[in-house]
Amino acid sequence: MSALDRATALELYRVMRTIRQFEARAVQLFGENKIWGTIHSYAGQEGVAVGVCAHLRDDDWITSTHRGHGHCIAKGADVGRMFAELLGRETGYCRGRGGSMHIADTSKGNLGANGIVGGGIPIATGAALTATYTGSDRVAVSFFGDGGANQGTLHESMNLAAIWKLPVLFVCENNQYAETNPVKDAFAVEDISLRAAGYGMPGVRVNGQDVRETYRVAADAVARARSGLGPTFIVAETYRYEGHYYGDPQVYRTKDEIEDWRAKRDPLVIARTWLTTDRLASEADLARVDREVDAEIEKGVAFAEAGEPASPIRLPEDVYAG
Amino acid sequence: MRRDGGVVVIGEDVAEGGPYGATRDLVAEFGDRRVIDTPISEAAVTGVAVGAALSGWRPVVEIMFIDFITLALDQLVNHAAKARYMSGGQLRVPLVLRTQGGAGVRSGAQHSQSLEAWLAHVPGLAVVMPATPADAAGLLRAAIRADDPVVVVENKALYYEKGEVADGALVPIGAAVTRRDGRDVTVVATSRLVGEALAAADELAAEGVSVEVIDPRTINPLDRETILRSVSRTTRLVVAHEAATIGGFGAEVAAMVAEEAIDRLAAPIVRVGAPFTPVPASPVLEDAYLVGRREIADAVRRVLRW
Ligand SMILES: Cc1ncc(C[n+]2csc(CCOP(=O)(O)OP(=O)(O)O)c2C)c(N)n1
Ligand SMILES: [Mg+2]
Repeated sequence: MSALDRATALELYRVMRTIRQFEARAVQLFGENKIWGTIHSYAGQEGVAVGVCAHLRDDDWITSTHRGHGHCIAKGADVGRMFAELLGRETGYCRGRGGSMHIADTSKGNLGANGIVGGGIPIATGAALTATYTGSDRVAVSFFGDGGANQGTLHESMNLAAIWKLPVLFVCENNQYAETNPVKDAFAVEDISLRAAGYGMPGVRVNGQDVRETYRVAADAVARARSGLGPTFIVAETYRYEGHYYGDPQVYRTKDEIEDWRAKRDPLVIARTWLTTDRLASEADLARVDREVDAEIEKGVAFAEAGEPASPIRLPEDVYAG
Repeated sequence: MRRDGGVVVIGEDVAEGGPYGATRDLVAEFGDRRVIDTPISEAAVTGVAVGAALSGWRPVVEIMFIDFITLALDQLVNHAAKARYMSGGQLRVPLVLRTQGGAGVRSGAQHSQSLEAWLAHVPGLAVVMPATPADAAGLLRAAIRADDPVVVVENKALYYEKGEVADGALVPIGAAVTRRDGRDVTVVATSRLVGEALAAADELAAEGVSVEVIDPRTINPLDRETILRSVSRTTRLVVAHEAATIGGFGAEVAAMVAEEAIDRLAAPIVRVGAPFTPVPASPVLEDAYLVGRREIADAVRRVLRW
């Protein structure tokens, strides 16, 4: 593996830290009844979105899921406009029409989080078709969960992408559960990436808790896609710290299991360790990044809270063009 | 397609023309990169078309029979229709979904349905139903140029109709047309039943009854004014479509007229539509199932007797 340079390594850490702090703050705002509905925290899975999106340009596309804050941030979104969306403000990415589960950011190629499990998969495949047909080297990435992997759309889309050699990455985040349903009850195989063989594309299983690993695997897959060699199926093994949604009683798993992942496989702790031992960053560097991230998050919340609430008079806007 | 290189046709067997030849010869002119044959994967193919539309193309996706739209509905209803709204106007989905419905070809319950009312109920979609060759071309052209998803529901029985088609003519989405002027009763009919309504009007003219026939052409967004203006004059309304009466598009027209113009009505509104059964296969049963000229004429006589 080619060693990560200092700037890239620190940037991977910064984005992961931004996601972690964003989620912590979102949960807090939820507790203050400033956010309604449901929020699905990405905390614990940061290594996946960050390792993959680090290889993407603003003109590459992603499609995301109900657990989409992390993908959105990793693709370059402004946290202030994201918070504003969660708070239902006119200044939010979607003017309060989308909410947590539907944030899109076209300026960064984010075609949207998605409330329909598996819904974004063919859409990314379609964007990849655009890339091919326009003769560009743009790529598309679809993120989805282990639950999403059992939707028909994945199977149909993997087949289409393979026969048409589309520049798309299918990134399955196996966080071990789909709501309450553990993967062992939802798959007869332990290694989900084996499925790729049936469609004629490479399948890679990767430790999603070490961003170096996802970064390395995604580098190959993105390079492959850009050079016209077609799709890759990536399965990142990971874990979500909160329940399915914030407030989930989590009767389907034990506290010990959660603690074990947090203690031994936390993507931020792992990154801090190799950053310092490989002398890519000092403790002081990391402390500085943490402070900067905290400031960015607080600035974002302040921006959101100052925003004009979405107005009922404007309810009918944006249904149709014009 | 000649005008805009971003227009692509995608679907099952489209390069070969499809079961009714609707896309025949396109591949010869535009090649297999713009006329894309797909495996049988309605959900993903529709989703791919949504993704292509979101990223700048104008795909025309074909669902071979409207009966199979069940497999594509998630992408159409939850994604195509809502992307603009959910994103606060950032995204747009200039997608056309072409499909065909209707009975009469003895193909049974899974190849004969009229499901347009489902789609007309979804904010974010437009639904058009051409009744003539000129409208089939003109509405499709307008649908392709629209910046929102438009579902074009053709009727397979009309594929054998012949008619003049002006080069390049656009038929605006959301504009009804009065097919025949009349004084006594307004008949609002869609798709295949437009021709049936005109035939009924001829028959009734011989009885001294003057029927006005309105073809909405677009069932959502509906041209309410044209219908209300006509009903205000004739004071009687019959609504006719091939789909089941219960929960059909005609219910929306009837309710709209009742809300907006009940004081102008001289008789209750009568709906003409199919009985509430799946479409049967046997010729005897299917003929009993289908409504047409006779049922429309009877309905007109009923509203006049009131
Ligand atoms: C089509 C569909 N079915 C069911 C749901 C309800 N639902 C929301 S999230 C979820 C679990 C998804 O699990 P997974 O794909 O593993 O993602 P994770 O929540 O673990 O990130 C379910 C069943 C839904 N939103 N959409
Ligand atoms: Mg999961």
